[in-house]
Amino acid sequence: MNLIVEREKGLLELERRINDLRSANVAQLGDMSSEIAALEKKYEQILHEVFGAMSPWEKVQMARHPNRPTALDYFSAFERFDELHGDRHFRDDPAIAGGFARVGGIDFIAIGQQRGRDTKENIRRNFGMVTPEGYRKVKRLANLASRMGLPIVTLVDTKGADPGIASEEHAQSEAIAQCLYEFTIARVPIVATIIGEGGSGGALALAIADRVLMLEHSVYSVASPEGAAAILWSDASKADEAAARLKLTAQDLHRFGIVDTIIKEPLGGAHRDPAGVVARVLETIVAAIGELDGFDEQALRDARYAKYRRMGADASQGGR
Amino acid sequence: MPDWLSFGRNKGEAAPDAALWNKCPKCGEVLYRRDLAANLFVCTKCEHHFRMTARDRIAMIVDGDFEEIAADVLPSDPLGWVDKKPYPAKLAADAEKAVLSEAVVCGYTRIGGFDVALGVMDFHFRGGTMGSVVGERLTRLFEGARERRMPCIVFTASGGARMEEGMLALMQMAKTTAAVTRLLDERNLFVAVLTDPTTGGVSASFAFEADVIVAESRAMIGFAGRRVIEQTIRQKLPDQFQTAEFLLEKGHIDMVVDRHDLKATLVRILQCASSGAARRRRSSTSAHAGAGSAS
Repeated sequence: MNLIVEREKGLLELERRINDLRSANVAQLGDMSSEIAALEKKYEQILHEVFGAMSPWEKVQMARHPNRPTALDYFSAFERFDELHGDRHFRDDPAIAGGFARVGGIDFIAIGQQRGRDTKENIRRNFGMVTPEGYRKVKRLANLASRMGLPIVTLVDTKGADPGIASEEHAQSEAIAQCLYEFTIARVPIVATIIGEGGSGGALALAIADRVLMLEHSVYSVASPEGAAAILWSDASKADEAAARLKLTAQDLHRFGIVDTIIKEPLGGAHRDPAGVVARVLETIVAAIGELDGFDEQALRDARYAKYRRMGADASQGGR
Repeated sequence: MPDWLSFGRNKGEAAPDAALWNKCPKCGEVLYRRDLAANLFVCTKCEHHFRMTARDRIAMIVDGDFEEIAADVLPSDPLGWVDKKPYPAKLAADAEKAVLSEAVVCGYTRIGGFDVALGVMDFHFRGGTMGSVVGERLTRLFEGARERRMPCIVFTASGGARMEEGMLALMQMAKTTAAVTRLLDERNLFVAVLTDPTTGGVSASFAFEADVIVAESRAMIGFAGRRVIEQTIRQKLPDQFQTAEFLLEKGHIDMVVDRHDLKATLVRILQCASSGAARRRRSSTSAHAGAGSAS
């Protein structure tokens, strides 16, 4: 059960009562403005109490909220989107959606991890956990973008790469490693946005980028909190404790220089104003592409190399 | 014993693993340590390949000297991590136990007479996990190999990314990949030798970007750990799953080699790469000469 969904129940009940009173007021069944005002005040107060300062574990739950906008919600706001399918070898992985896209008059290749918005879709899309076939599709599209001179825009939203038998049989490690390679050498601007959960190498496979953007309440972690707790303490139920230690919030990662820009969400999370959040994210992406357009291919790749070459340099003592 | 083999160790101090007897974890046979070492840490009864320390591995594979690099790159505690123990205390304990400053040793050496940039990971230090130091040392090795136009060999042994360094550990996958792209761009040969175990952030980055991927017999290699998969699918996995032999059959790796044949195999590969390099030099000089005579 999602913690945030649980906490929202009381708020939704309040919302319903306020709306009832409003319609009663409009129908002039007596003046209820003062009751409405009191309830609205209470509503705002609870909203601030619940969502004003969220713990890392609460942010993990927010990132996994069933109503949080997913990659396809962003894609459907594009001016144009022609989806491309398949890895050309074995199958089309529904956990990855990608294709030719246009926003703000700019053409690019969009690639996103797609979890389901309900149980049925979640099963079809494997909860957004990508298989090797999905990563090979990502690599293919990134390579296509690089050759065509189209920027690469990725949306990251996954607990992690699929950990199943078939994925191991089809070389999950190799598939991810080759994505990292392709993104590193791409000759076009890359803008990655963490829109929900970014879990481990399965997320990084879409996130080596010239600009990394992150929604305010998204998380991005070396392993899912459950995975980290299992690895560290052989106890996945200590996920909340792991989340607190892993420094996985947008604010922490901005401090480490891993995330370049944090995109604001409304109080209570992106799902409280999906259209507004989608528009703001797309605007930020377009602006980032605009900034990167000033670099030629080699300068772009050199800057990307220098950026990743520095990662963790402060965390190891002893320089050159 | 060459001098470099005593790095990190006080003079006259015995290695911590110098117990007289070792029990084979596979067949239970009790082995006299000197016999085991003489047999390259392969069980004399069942041929189980014991996990090797970086030091023993280097001794086994190089001709003689080993010029260590980046030994001064040492770990810090970027996240201020504390669980049962603070992260720096865990590092100190492993450093003492494994007589190593971090989970990889890198340097320049010769193997079968060929100059090589060699990196060797050690599972005895934090499970061979890749944090900022492992990433930085390997990156310097890849860069060094490129500058010196040497082939590069890395022995992997790793449980994946190091949790205690959070996202900075994950970023080492990007950093090592970036260095590998430049190494391969200059037509340097990169060989990965996967030893038991190689998983997660290491298998899914530089290891599977190598030109040639060799695995030691029976090594466990995969992306997700066995336990994670078993918990996900709620059933036991067959014994052969994720072994080097399984990966060979599936077409993921080039060859599975018994430890006794490993050095000779690597030397043959280096020999071939060296022929290629010589041919490239010849063809580029003859192209110049040709252009000169035509004018």
